[in-house]
Amino acid sequence: MVLAADSMSLETRHLGFTISPHEECGVEEAVRLIEANGGESVVLTLGPPEAAEQLRDAMALGIDRAIHLQTDGAEWDGEATAAAIVEAVRADEAASGPFDLVFFGNESADSGGFQVGLRVAHALRRPCVTGLKGVTVDGGSVRCEQDADGGRDVYVVPMPAALTVKEGLNLPRYPSVPGRMRASRKSVAASTPARPPARLELVRLVVPPGQGRRAEVLGSGPSAAPAVVEMMRKIGVV
Amino acid sequence: MAPVLVLMDQSKASMETLTLARRFGGSVHSVRMDAIQPFAPDAVAAILALAANDLNASAVFAPGTDRGNDVMARLAARTGLPLAANCVDVAPGTPVSVSRQRWGGSLLESALLHSPRPLITVAPNSVPVEAEPAPIDVDVKLLLTQIEEGDFAVCVNDHMAAAGGKVSLAEAKVVVSGGRGVGSKEGFAIIEELAGLLGGAVGCSRVVTSAGWRPHSDQVGQTGTKIAPDLYIACGISGATQHMAGCKGAKRILAINADAEAPIMQNADYAVIGDLKEIVPAISAEIRKIK
Repeated sequence: MVLAADSMSLETRHLGFTISPHEECGVEEAVRLIEANGGESVVLTLGPPEAAEQLRDAMALGIDRAIHLQTDGAEWDGEATAAAIVEAVRADEAASGPFDLVFFGNESADSGGFQVGLRVAHALRRPCVTGLKGVTVDGGSVRCEQDADGGRDVYVVPMPAALTVKEGLNLPRYPSVPGRMRASRKSVAASTPARPPARLELVRLVVPPGQGRRAEVLGSGPSAAPAVVEMMRKIGVV
Repeated sequence: MAPVLVLMDQSKASMETLTLARRFGGSVHSVRMDAIQPFAPDAVAAILALAANDLNASAVFAPGTDRGNDVMARLAARTGLPLAANCVDVAPGTPVSVSRQRWGGSLLESALLHSPRPLITVAPNSVPVEAEPAPIDVDVKLLLTQIEEGDFAVCVNDHMAAAGGKVSLAEAKVVVSGGRGVGSKEGFAIIEELAGLLGGAVGCSRVVTSAGWRPHSDQVGQTGTKIAPDLYIACGISGATQHMAGCKGAKRILAINADAEAPIMQNADYAVIGDLKEIVPAISAEIRKIK
């Protein structure tokens, strides 16, 4: 990972952007639920203008329309992000009716705040279950499976509810060419929320120590096997 | 010095959490994750909020486990306070300085937490544990009577036990993982054989899961399982950031790879260069000789 000159962000000139793995599974789950039960699905992101590409990607998978809370690329902490989403969800529900389910990734791949979904759920007064690997809608309630010691814990909560999901919930589909063409005609509602001051304020990013060490080469090909087993013996695993 | 409140569970991460919490200097008080049975995360958050008020706690800490982060985010939401998740270091003050994990720990963030009561979770496997006296248990019986019924609406209703017999990936002493270089679903037979001989677990990289060669439960990485074995053997794995975030808790890493310049070589302790399809069976044969 390469930091930008001011150490406040990653150098992204040579990087591509994509939907994070947890969120990708959230999108897939929403598309599957609508395919099975009917209804409408909406995808929402808070991010710079370039994030519109990920909204198109989600619509190419089958999401019906998108909401883009546009930023200037500056850092938003978890509290501020959640507040902007709450406002957007309330406005959309006032215009188009309530959502039965709101999906979130369990934590964002980049900032890893572990809180946006729960904060939104609390503000909207909806039950929230996190880290889900299984979601089954049954009438007016939803059965949620969460990895736990020695198996899975099951929660059943009434809808409307907010759920945070993890990769492994499903295997997301690839977008089809017709899907991409349909996506280009779907609607993206953009707005520009104001960013409140961060109470978790980024000072700088640091590459942790311990990276960039050099492996001790024990050998090449199968003839290295005795040296490998000798190493295993030394560290006590055989 | 004002007291500090800590949410504790059975994990080693709880001991790491205590180590950082003691930096705040006051007496350390604890609420147990299993204070409410069956587990009801909103009710545990409510207990923490009540206990923090009763103690006038200077900060609330929890381990950065699934449940720890979940309960602390609920506490943050209900108290309207900011939360710093997965910290590896803290320095008390106004504001509190924290160092916290981003990108699953591939990067650290130095941040200032502006809060009258800092809420902090501690990243597992990130802090050297200092042995110190046990914390003081908070008596939750009185607090329980003050919790609203709605806080029990989300609770564990059932538990599905995993199929037995397999060594758990998260707890295995040795993990043998395969990546793209394994080539196919069937190619994992030699990985399974070596893991079996070492009493370890089989893992894989994200590309393997996406290809459908192994279930997601075998995936080691930022969005899979985070492991902390004594030895991690990465076979045919290039070492993408997403993967390394899952295995950096390993005490030692052995990379078996055809490419001596693969990124994983920068993060491994030992390497064997060559075709894993020849090397892995040769290691298994060598282990059989001494068993």
